[in-house]
Order: sequence, then C-alpha cells, then structure tokens
Amino acid sequence: MTEVTRREILKIGLAGSGAIVATGLGFDVAVAESTKVKQSLRISGATESHSVCPYCAVGCALLTYTRKAANGSVQLLQIEGDPDSPVNEGRLCPKGATAMQLAISPRRVEAPLYRAPGASDWRKVTWDFMLDKIAQNIKASRDATFVTVDGNGNTVNRCEGIAFAGGAAFSSEEGYFATKLMRGLGLVHLEQQARV
Amino acid sequence: MTNHWRDIRNTDLILINGANPAEAHPVGFQWFMRAKLDRGAKMVHADPRFTRTSAVADIYLRMRTGTDVAYFGGLINHVMQNNLFHDAYVRNYTNASFIVKDEFAFNDGLFSGYSSDKRSYDIASWAYKTGSDGFATRDLTLQNPRTVFQLMKTHYSRYTPDVVSSITGIPVDDFNRVASMVGEMGKPDKVMTIVYAVGLTQHTTGGQLIRSAAVLQLLLGNMGRPGGGMNAERGHANIQGNTDHAISWEILPGYLKIPAPGQKNRDEYVAASAPKKSDPNSWNFFGTNYKKFLTSLLKTWYGDKATKDNEFAFDFVPKPASNASWMTIHDQALKGKMQGLILSGMTASSIGPDSNQVQQALSSLKWLVVMDALPTTSSEFWHAPGATPSAIQTEVFMVPTTHWIEKDGSFVNSGRWSQWKDQVMPPQGQARHDHWILADVFSRVKKLYQDQGGKFPDPIMAVTLKYKDPLKPELDEIAQEINGFDLTTGKRLSTFANLKDDGTTTAGDWIYTGSYPDSGNLMKRRSGISDPQANDPTGMGFYPNWAWSWPLNRRVMYNRASADLDGKPWDAARPGITWNGSKWVGDVPDYPATMDPHDPKAWLPFIMNGEGVGRLFSNGMVDGPFPEHYEPVESPVQNPLHPNNSASPVAFLYDKVAGRPNRFGGPQEFPYIATSYRLTEHEHYVTQHVPHLVQLQPKPFVEIPEELANEKSIKSGDKVRVSSKRGKVEVQALVTKRLGPMTVAGQKVYQIGIPIHWGYVGVSADSDPSHGRYWLANALTPFVGDANARTPEFKAFLVNLEKI
Repeated sequence: MTEVTRREILKIGLAGSGAIVATGLGFDVAVAESTKVKQSLRISGATESHSVCPYCAVGCALLTYTRKAANGSVQLLQIEGDPDSPVNEGRLCPKGATAMQLAISPRRVEAPLYRAPGASDWRKVTWDFMLDKIAQNIKASRDATFVTVDGNGNTVNRCEGIAFAGGAAFSSEEGYFATKLMRGLGLVHLEQQARV
Repeated sequence: MTNHWRDIRNTDLILINGANPAEAHPVGFQWFMRAKLDRGAKMVHADPRFTRTSAVADIYLRMRTGTDVAYFGGLINHVMQNNLFHDAYVRNYTNASFIVKDEFAFNDGLFSGYSSDKRSYDIASWAYKTGSDGFATRDLTLQNPRTVFQLMKTHYSRYTPDVVSSITGIPVDDFNRVASMVGEMGKPDKVMTIVYAVGLTQHTTGGQLIRSAAVLQLLLGNMGRPGGGMNAERGHANIQGNTDHAISWEILPGYLKIPAPGQKNRDEYVAASAPKKSDPNSWNFFGTNYKKFLTSLLKTWYGDKATKDNEFAFDFVPKPASNASWMTIHDQALKGKMQGLILSGMTASSIGPDSNQVQQALSSLKWLVVMDALPTTSSEFWHAPGATPSAIQTEVFMVPTTHWIEKDGSFVNSGRWSQWKDQVMPPQGQARHDHWILADVFSRVKKLYQDQGGKFPDPIMAVTLKYKDPLKPELDEIAQEINGFDLTTGKRLSTFANLKDDGTTTAGDWIYTGSYPDSGNLMKRRSGISDPQANDPTGMGFYPNWAWSWPLNRRVMYNRASADLDGKPWDAARPGITWNGSKWVGDVPDYPATMDPHDPKAWLPFIMNGEGVGRLFSNGMVDGPFPEHYEPVESPVQNPLHPNNSASPVAFLYDKVAGRPNRFGGPQEFPYIATSYRLTEHEHYVTQHVPHLVQLQPKPFVEIPEELANEKSIKSGDKVRVSSKRGKVEVQALVTKRLGPMTVAGQKVYQIGIPIHWGYVGVSADSDPSHGRYWLANALTPFVGDANARTPEFKAFLVNLEKI
C-alpha cells in the first residue's frame, strides 16, 4: 500500500490544482491514480437495513450494514446517515455517528439482576424468578391499593399504588402496548419523558 | 411541531426561544441555515447563554431565564399598538371578535375567580357572552371593548419596551430592533416560525410561555402556513410517538381526556371532555367525533367484553382522583402511598427534580423495576456513593431489555413523521423486548388472578391479546391494531372519518388511523430526495411518500389557515393548500377536501376546536386566558408588574401541601440564577455509557460568567460547589463570556449554566475517585412545576457558588 504523508497530500493538492478545470473532479486523476490505496469496502456484500437514530427527535434516518458470520452470529459493520432522507440528507451529529457504540456495548446488562431489600449486592437470577416475583408484587400492590368505588359513590376502578414511567426509547407500538396493559391493570400513575 | 424540520427552510424569520438547536438538534438545524442562506431569512436567538445557535443568529438577545412571556407580550403589544397584525386573518381566523363575559377581569396579577385558599381559579367568568342561539357573540369590527381583541390590547399595553427590558434584561434598543423585524411578519406574503424546546416548557409558567408565542403567531397570521407555526423540538427519539399513544396520566391515545370520577357513561364523559361548538360555522370535528374515537378505542382494548349493554366497558378505564403526574408519583411515594414503580428507559434519580428527595422517594417504595439495556442511576440508587444499602428496604429488579436496533417498530420525530425501522440485530445477551416482558408479566398477573382471585380482575381478563403469540406480539401486529379495523368487513381502515360509535370499528389510536391501511404499512415508505420531482411534487418539501405523518399524512397542521377566504394561498410562492375551484390541492387538507370556501356554510379554518378559529383567549389553561408574566418560584427579584402576586398564584406546592419542610431558597442565601441544559455530545444520561462521547465531553462542569468568576477568584478548571436549598454539585468551573451579568428590575444579576448529563453511573463516574458523588445536576432543581402540565421548573432556580 502506498503511504502518503501529509506533506505529499499537500503536494498532490497543489499539483492537481491546475487540472481541476480539466477534469471537473477537483483533483488530478493522474496523481490520484498513482497513489491509489488498495482497499475493499467494509460493507461490500453486507445486508442494508433502515433504522432511525435513537437519540433526539430530529428523526435522522440511518442505513445499517450487517453480515452474518459463519457461526450464525450477526455482525454490525456500519451505521450511517441515509442520504435519501428529507430530514437529515445523510447527515448525523456526534451522537448519531457513534450509535454503534450504543448498539454494541460491553456495558450492557447481560442477565436479569435482583437486589433483595437491604441487600448490598445484585444477584443474577433467572427470567422466571424475576417475572414471577414482579407479577406477585404487582398483584399484591394492586390488591392493596385498588379502589373500585370512591368516597362519593363513583365507580373509579383505579390502582393507586403502582406507577409506570418511561417509553421515550420505545418503538411507538411498544408504547401503545404498555399503555393498554397498564390501563388494563387500572394504573392512573402513567408517565413518560414528555413531562420532564 | 405544527410543521416539520425541513419546512423551516420556507420561513422569513426564525425566533428561537428556550432552545439551542445548533447544539441540541444539530442536524435539524441545517433547515434553519438553509432558510438563512437560501432565502435570506433572519434568525433571532433569545437565551440566557450565547451558544452556537447565537453565533449564527442575526440578533442574539441575552435574556433572563423564564421571562419569555414578557418578551412575547412585548412583541404582541408592539404588533397591536402599531396595527401590524394580519388583519383579515385576525378577524376571520381567530377569536379576536368574540365578546367576553362582563365578569371577566384582571387586577394586580390575578384573573377573576381566584381563591387564595385553594390556590386555583373558578373559570366561570373566562367565557364568551352567548346569544339567544347559544353561540358566542361577535363583533367583526373589533371595536367593542369586551372583544377578545380589545381586552387583549389592554392586557398587553403594560408590556412596554421598558417593562420588557426590566423583566427580561434585554436592552431596550435590542428589543426594539427585534420588534421591528417581527412587525413585518404580519404582511400576508411574509411568514415567521417560532421554534422552542424545554427552555420554554420547564417553568412554573411553561404552558403560558408557549401560549404567548402561539398568540403572537396567530396575530401575525402565521399558523397553518408553510414556514410558520409553533415548532417544539423534542428531545428523545420517540417522545412524540409515546405521547401520542398516551403514556401520560391525563390522556388516552389520540389526546382523548382520561375519564374523571362521576362520569358514568360515554355520553357523560364526552359532555365533560369534548370541545363544544361555539359558532354556527364551526365544524368542531374533534368534539363531534369524540365518542366514536373513544368507542373504537374501548372496542380495541376490551374486544368482546365491550358491548352496547355495558357502555363498551367504559367502567374498565381507571378514573384518577387527582393529578397523577411525574412529581405526584414521587410525592405519593414519600407519603408511603406508592408501593411499586416500573421505570423503562427513564431514570428518576438523574431526572429529579430535587434528586435527593427523589432518591428518598425511591427508598420509600416496596419495589422498583428498572427496564433498561444499561445500568441507570435509578437501578443503582440503593448503592449510590454515600448511600447505605442496608437501610434501603426497596426490592430492586434490573430487567435487561433490547435496544432500538434490536427491534422493529416506528419512531415519530418532532415533525410527527412516523418512520418505521427494521430489526437490524438480534438481542444481545439475555436481553428481551420491553413489550414481550410486559406481555409476559401481564400474563403471569392474569394467571395469579385466575388462581387466587383478587380485586376487580375483570379488565385484566378482558384486555385483548389477539396476537399470533400473546406472549410475543409482533410490533407489526400492534401497528395494525393501532390503525384499526372495520369489524364488519375485517379490513383495515384508511381514515378516522370512518370510525363509528356503535362498536363496529376499532382504532387503538385514532390519529394513526390511515398509517397502516389495507395497502400496507405507510410508515415504511422511503421515497426521498434522490428524486425531488417525483417525490416532492409541490416543491414545498412535504415528501408525502417518505414515511407517514399524523394526522392522515398531513405535513402542516391547520393548513386551511394557509389560504385566504377565497382559498388562495396568502403567499402564492409558499402554498400550503389551494382551492382549485372544485377541490383543495397541495398538502393533505386540514378541511373537507371538496368544501367550497365561498359557500356561506363553509366551515371555519380551525376544525379541531369548538370556536373554529384560533384562540387568542382560551379557558383551556388553569392560570389564565391570557399569558401573564410571573416570576419563577425562586427568583432574585419581585415581579415588576405586580409585586403582590410575583410568582404563579396557582403552581402546585407539593412539599407545602404534604406538610414537608420548605425546600425553596431565597436570594440572600442563594444569590445566583441557575439554568440547566444539554451538550451536543450527550443525550441525557444514556451516553455516559458511550466511550466516544465520553471522550468528547468527559467530565461535568458548570459555566460561570467571567465577571462573577473574577469576583470569586475562580479560574477555569477550579473545583467549585454550586448549592441550592436542596443539594449541591461539586464539579469543575468553566469560566466564560457566553454568560454575563444582566440588569433586571434595576439590579445586577448573574446566571450560571449547568449541563445535566453526569451522575454516579457511566464511564466517567467509573474513573472518578468519588464515583461522581456530587454530579447530579438535578440535585439542585426545585420540586415544583408548571401550573398546567406539572412539568418541573428545571430551567430557573437559585444557587450559591463557592470555590473549593
């Protein structure tokens, strides 16, 4: 591979300046050819998918590139702005541009964790243990704080002692589903990031 | 946003308040720059801090935080006193001509109907005088002294340039320069946009700060028009979609009000909730169809258990006794009344307000479930630096969830564009989708009720889960459910106009009906800018076949108001919709597609409210029909307009009502104003886990004006303590000219700036000896919020500053 130093790049730039008009490319083809770097695209042959940036609500459209490895695992190769989007026209800010580090992270919570009252450590638990215990807690708190008829004799059917908050990172359909289930349980304390 | 990101390029003048788009929404900001560079639009940035937005603005106004009502009130006054409003628009498209009841009054900072005991208003007098037909009386000459127009002119006559300057700190000459520019925007061929973010919302007067801007836009005739509107920049990827779908205590999907105790059936609910027609030419589309939207929702949620005989299970919908918002949740926990809290992608400890008090609230819970892909300050609150785990009896569950890229579904941006995304990656580790976790928990709860019985299990048993796998619903299935079906044909609906109140239609969220018609999922569409001729036929940047925009793929809301009484665009060069003699063309009309504007029975332009016109005067707010300036709860000065009623008279005071000790500070002990904000490189708290972004902005800091720093001998890099009545942060000082002294009510005040991003969890905290013990910005913020929305007053509070 031809190594090009910064000084040489400057020289190429100067040498090429005379040829800009001729080629219309803004650089001298002959010089560029002579210093061509051999490289294949990281995303060649990859699967292209559509996504949307997970951070603010500009809604920058993303193109993502993945490849299935021999062992069946999926490798995320690249995330970039979608140049066809009327919102971002391919551009991304520093957050969107580093979205891969949010997507693939050694800091992820890998397994369900449980902290008993007063305990000083997390304990790794199974999904069954965790989901059963959460369900039992919901039922106990719901039964303890559910009001069917208020002091004025009105039917109100509300659970006062459980709150659900969050969802700005949900897909819309997840958020809708959360609302439906939580209202189904009778929750009145239902909130998300729009408030704060 | 009433409009959308790309549309900002169509404007002549951009007012930016309570926002810093160049840094907080940098990619959206390209459309501000396009307006400037391509059509010579001007940009005015009013903000406490000189930011990168200010750097490219034509005029920067250093403004005291939370004083935007005074600023917009001053602009309203300028426009009214000098007859610079859009005359035809104001007469015909707003309620300027409506006559208000004689009992309505405003004196010494209080509107009529105030009760100091209850700290609330009886709003009976905030209403129109009605005629024998029951409709509001009007005077289209606007001369009657009881017209909205004349009352408003009097109300804002107090907001002279001198008064505006005294409240906001903006020099009179600078204000007058902006007023002249804004005054030009009432000409029919000119249009201005107002862009804002949480710098307007996060105040005890937040709702009114925004309303004051909207009132100005109505006066100038800029609502409903390309390049105009009121445009809120939202801060999370899908905060819009999940507001639409009502993860909010006071609404059901599609902005239907949550039913209240005492409402026994749908008719009583609609009578109390829906807008009422107050003019014969008002369509009152929302009010007229409210019952259909509710019934279709109930039918969606409760299926076969929702029948005519049981009012479609109206009783199943919980009816809150009182406010149940974010601060109320923590207030209830402090009182021992809240047993469990489920947080998803949201960390109470960092958000606050008053993080120390919020941590107390979390410690008072029996159990806390944190659903997240990464640890948060709430999942770790029980062993935060300084905490004693053995003293905290809260049972905590950390539930690992998938990231956005590991599931499909839609994200809705600030401009209401619902963009479907693919599942790109399989879940990492043992992570599961949030909706699968919720479905699984719900099914286990249901089983417990089936086995053991318990309180009113009927709704739990009735909730529809008609998915291929009820434990693992596909988001595509849910998207279809949200869109809704005609149950008589089994086909998906293409418009909410076809919804019925007899139980023969479903729609999980009526404003999304049409997003997924029988032809397929329109949110997946991607006909973009590579072919503008085909994909942007009007040339206005609507790109109607890129994704889908609610409602009905409309790109500019209220667009009937973009055309004059004859249906011609106010500005031929920037049409929204146009009457071509037989139908409306252009954007998807916010109006019946073939209604001739010359028909004497033609509907008024704003079809969603009872008046049919934009409301300069509104009884929809609890703190007054006209926006009025009130000081933040913590302020260094008394309100120059009415010192006897300095701060909001109706903001809810949680600690006081609960009998807890006062947690507000005064200017003697805490002499400096503080405000909080984001940096480009971080998004709230999750980016503390992203190494590249932590490298770019590694450590917490506070921005201190140079003059104040000199007084205190503080240099950049020194460690300082910023404290409020509630808590403290100990971080590095960044001494800057971006902030500076201001003269307010005759006295010199300083503002300090505090980025919100750091806490005791993340890459930075891991490498810090104190583990980020005093890094939570919201340890400083007050536990009080907007009188209407209860959004906390994060953006204006008092602090002290010391070098340590």
